[in-house]
Amino acid sequence: MNNMPNIEQANTMTESKISANKVQVYYGDTHAIKDVDIEIQPRSVTAFIGPSGCGKSTFLRTLNRMNDTIDICRVEGSIKIDGEDIYDPKVDPVQLRAKVGMVFQKPNPFPKSIYDNIAYGPRIHGLARNKAELDEIVASSLQKAGLWEEVKNRLDEPGTGMSGGQQQRLCIARAIAVSPEVILMDEPCSALDPIATAKVEELIDELRENFTIVIVTHSMQQAARVSQRTAFFHLGILVEEGLTEDIFTNPKDKRTQDYITGRFG
Amino acid sequence: MSLTFILLALLVLAVVGYMVGRGKALSSAGGDARELHSLPGYYGWNVVVSTLVPSLLLLVAWLFVQPIILNSQVSSRISEETIAASSLDLVMSDVVRVAEGLDVAVSQGGMSSDEASSLRTELTDVRSRLGQVGVALGSDVTSETLRAAQTYRSISSTGYLLRSIAVLAVAIAGLAFGVMRTNKDFRARNVVEAAVRYLLIAAASIAILTTVGIVLSLIFNTVEFFRLYPASEFFFGLVWSPSFGGGSELGIVPLIWATLYISLIALAVAVPIGLFAAIYLSEYATPHVRAIAKPLLEILAGIPTIVYGLFALLTVGPLLASFFGSGGALGVNWMSGASSVFTAGVVMGIMLIPFVSSLSDDIINAVPQAMRDGSLGLGATHSETVKQVILPAALPGIVGAILLAASRAIGETMIVVLGAGAAARLSLNPLEAMTTVTAKIVSQLTGDADFASPEALVAFALGMTLFVITLGLNIVALYIVRKYREQYD
Amino acid sequence: MTDTTLTPPSGNANAPAPRRIQSILELDPLTKKRNAAEARFKLYGIVAIAIGLFFLVALLWAILSNGLGAFSQTFIKVDVPLVQSQIDDAEKSVVKTSKYRAIIDEAFAKELAGANITTDMSDKDLQKLFSSGAAATVRDFALANPDKIGTTVTFDLIASSRVDGYLKGRVEREDLAEDKNLDAAHLDLADQMADAGILEKRFNWSFITGTDASDSRPEQAGIGASMIGSLFMMLVVLFLSLPIGVAASIYLEEFAPQNKFTDLIEVNISNLAAVPSIVFGILGLAVFIQFMHLPQSAPLVGGLVLTLMTLPTIIISTRASLKAVPPSIRDAALGVGASKMQSIFHHVLPLAMPGILTGTIIGLAQALGETAPLLLIGMVGFIASNFPDGVAAGFFAPNSAMPAQIYEWAKRADPAFYERAWGGIIVLLVFLMTMNIIAIILRRRFERRW
Repeated sequence: MNNMPNIEQANTMTESKISANKVQVYYGDTHAIKDVDIEIQPRSVTAFIGPSGCGKSTFLRTLNRMNDTIDICRVEGSIKIDGEDIYDPKVDPVQLRAKVGMVFQKPNPFPKSIYDNIAYGPRIHGLARNKAELDEIVASSLQKAGLWEEVKNRLDEPGTGMSGGQQQRLCIARAIAVSPEVILMDEPCSALDPIATAKVEELIDELRENFTIVIVTHSMQQAARVSQRTAFFHLGILVEEGLTEDIFTNPKDKRTQDYITGRFG
Repeated sequence: MSLTFILLALLVLAVVGYMVGRGKALSSAGGDARELHSLPGYYGWNVVVSTLVPSLLLLVAWLFVQPIILNSQVSSRISEETIAASSLDLVMSDVVRVAEGLDVAVSQGGMSSDEASSLRTELTDVRSRLGQVGVALGSDVTSETLRAAQTYRSISSTGYLLRSIAVLAVAIAGLAFGVMRTNKDFRARNVVEAAVRYLLIAAASIAILTTVGIVLSLIFNTVEFFRLYPASEFFFGLVWSPSFGGGSELGIVPLIWATLYISLIALAVAVPIGLFAAIYLSEYATPHVRAIAKPLLEILAGIPTIVYGLFALLTVGPLLASFFGSGGALGVNWMSGASSVFTAGVVMGIMLIPFVSSLSDDIINAVPQAMRDGSLGLGATHSETVKQVILPAALPGIVGAILLAASRAIGETMIVVLGAGAAARLSLNPLEAMTTVTAKIVSQLTGDADFASPEALVAFALGMTLFVITLGLNIVALYIVRKYREQYD
Repeated sequence: MTDTTLTPPSGNANAPAPRRIQSILELDPLTKKRNAAEARFKLYGIVAIAIGLFFLVALLWAILSNGLGAFSQTFIKVDVPLVQSQIDDAEKSVVKTSKYRAIIDEAFAKELAGANITTDMSDKDLQKLFSSGAAATVRDFALANPDKIGTTVTFDLIASSRVDGYLKGRVEREDLAEDKNLDAAHLDLADQMADAGILEKRFNWSFITGTDASDSRPEQAGIGASMIGSLFMMLVVLFLSLPIGVAASIYLEEFAPQNKFTDLIEVNISNLAAVPSIVFGILGLAVFIQFMHLPQSAPLVGGLVLTLMTLPTIIISTRASLKAVPPSIRDAALGVGASKMQSIFHHVLPLAMPGILTGTIIGLAQALGETAPLLLIGMVGFIASNFPDGVAAGFFAPNSAMPAQIYEWAKRADPAFYERAWGGIIVLLVFLMTMNIIAIILRRRFERRW
């Protein structure tokens, strides 16, 4: 999957999708994320790896301002998507999150029908002018998520009545339905069995043709499989970032080397 | 020997038994407590248990049985004609009154005990004799009544004597048995702990006994009522007008109508306010605001209903009448007095606000955070998340809460007694006074009706209906809430 | 991933659906609408809370503004000479109080003359300024203090309820047009007396300590007797429901096996907690009064009924307290060889005590305010005109209780009695507040976080 090095290098010359500069995150008095600078490339998969508690999920959640829901959390520095600072006071997080979607660790379908689960996002953002358009969005999202064949005859059944892997793909379809440009995934496969994991990884690889994907994972093998670029976090600091190949075969920082060879984490 | 003395005697026996038992145990171990199976105290308690348990049980049984035997013995001496002229209950209560009057006379020295037993109506004016010692009788005493009263007294005193002897004998036997069993290897602690466990079970069974008591006291009297008044007319009759001379119409429909109408208004007030307050407090409020507003709203729940009743009668009612009554600000004449369905309904709604609010709060908090995250992550606003994700998920629980609030509203008494008036009518105008099931239970049982008449017994039928309705609502509500909780497990 | 679908989506399956791509720095009009809806929704919540709090404030205001008046009472100061011969005369006659009234009239006339207040009202009319109980007050004093006979004693005699109402603003001159007892001339006189210092409004202790009075003397009605009745009732409730409730909870929490009998008990308890209070009143009437022939309207019977009502509440809160004690405590006790019962009574129960006491106090507070069951066991229409004369009488003699007394006053449809009812509510609420505060303090000081 990582066999397009030339095009990847060409991409780094074009504008980054997400551009983070000197980002700090505080939980109350605790300085959780320190001085992170990173560029996320469009239409590619970037993986955040690191031992548990190193801050990768926290940093991920700054990218769609999900941290706003936590009162004691404070973000400093600049995070720009398409050149626009997402923490600008003029920005309504509601609009931001239509552009930057999220898939969570544990599948969390709503207790509604499968159709309504997918239709929820487009409905609140007013993306469909009539039922026919809504049907189309639902169908195409389910197709892109690879679920259409399995559920096309039971769209009225509750979204909670599926297996874990199917539920997670449902959540991915739900995120796709609002046509985001970026999809953030916070350990999406950690609650799934290996077969479901494989399906989701396959899906991620297909999705990257049209979406920018950032995935947090605690599995280095997964990072190696799905991502083009990888960032290694440790104790709230971005230690090293670069092409996945390079990180895994030729890490520059000793901490990265220790993590990859299993010395810790 | 009076009850108090028997109990005191039992107490003394128990104390003696404790000391003897403990002493014997210690001496059987040669004074060394370590040789005993259980702590020395347990041996004492063991004797106490075997002294008190059989004797107290006997005493309680006697207390139930003696009046029954007494009643049947004495009433068999009353002639048929006397019973036919009034009723057995009334005759018996006369007999008891005379007997108690004789007791008072003897105890105050107004007559000797022999005199009391040999008194005859032909020779003495019993009524005035008793009047001299302060016992007032409503009518002259017939000779039959007097003889029955004298029989009552003699059987009673024999009964009391036998009771004392039997109970004390059993207690002493128990004491002896307990002491006999005492020696250092006897497992006193196990015996005592088994007795304690039975006591605990008995305490827990009081809940069942209470329910049984409620059901029985309702059923017996309801059955009695339906013998005097046809059930179909009770359940389907549209008119409620009891008259204490007979010829009452006792239809429950107007009462049920008013009860439901008032509950509807109460819910219309309490549910929106309570639900929105709960939503705001659990989803939007800062912990600081929540810590102040929530206890303040809870105060409304702690205020006794009599206060709400007075509030309805004296504050809300006149206020509404000043708008809707004649001479009022709106110049209409829809409301004739302060009491009305609307008055009671609004005040009841106020009382139910914290009830709905705290139940809804629990239910909303039970919805997992993952659901909120999923919705917010898709770019929904907080209110969209609440309206389209959280509330639909919490709906069964909220429905259960509403049913429980309805049950509370239907069973409420003081607010409707004071706030809704006493007239039973079937009307659509909420500004009219309409009385409810609970208010009528109070008025029929505290009025002047003779206790065996249908006008008084109807209160039990009303009570039975109320009990069944509220029980049904509670069961349905709990079923819905439990089913809903399984959704997230 | 193949595309065999029934509703083929338009265009390339892999292209994102067409959408206006715009800057997040500009607010979409739809977003503005959604934010407005958000603000409205929050507003509904705030309004709801505000309405709830408004009702609370309105209720408290109604209680205080109407009830505080009951704590003050209008008194008329009269110097009454107690002449032995007059008193002997009075005692000999059949209707003693009328003679005492004459004594008061004489003294009052002198008083008015001394204050330069002239009036052409007859003595009989002047009498109406006083409460009909004024004569009894003088008589009781004279009989109790024979050593004061021969002197002149200054009495503070209670004024009639209409005069009292006038001073409190309850009664206007127009209201007296129909009154057969007083008229405007009386009120003018009252004004003059007030100016002269003979008539004044003072704090009324006897409202709190006194007994109820008959219909015609609302000015003498007090809540003291009912307080004692409530006290005895609460004693019964405390001494019955606490042990039984704790015993039942211990059984259900620690010993009960998972079988049908236990389920039956649990179902019964949760049902009983939701049964309307009036049904308990019916139970009390049928079992305690009709079957067991206990005296009607006795605090003992009221206490028994309220015990049955409070038991489910106490059981539920006690079970929660017992559950909160961690299993490690029980295990530790068993580990040193204590029996199960010893571990419970020596270790678990003492640790759960603060929670149990808190729950009991709250249960007692709820029971204190209950009215409906008391009405059915006879406390309606009962005038609590005496204090019970002993502990046994306290339990068995008919008495009233605070909520029933308040209801009784409310039924009498007299504004003076309404004021007493509101005043009674203030007393009741003071008790409830105290009990709840004690419970909260208990919880704060002794609650352990495991």
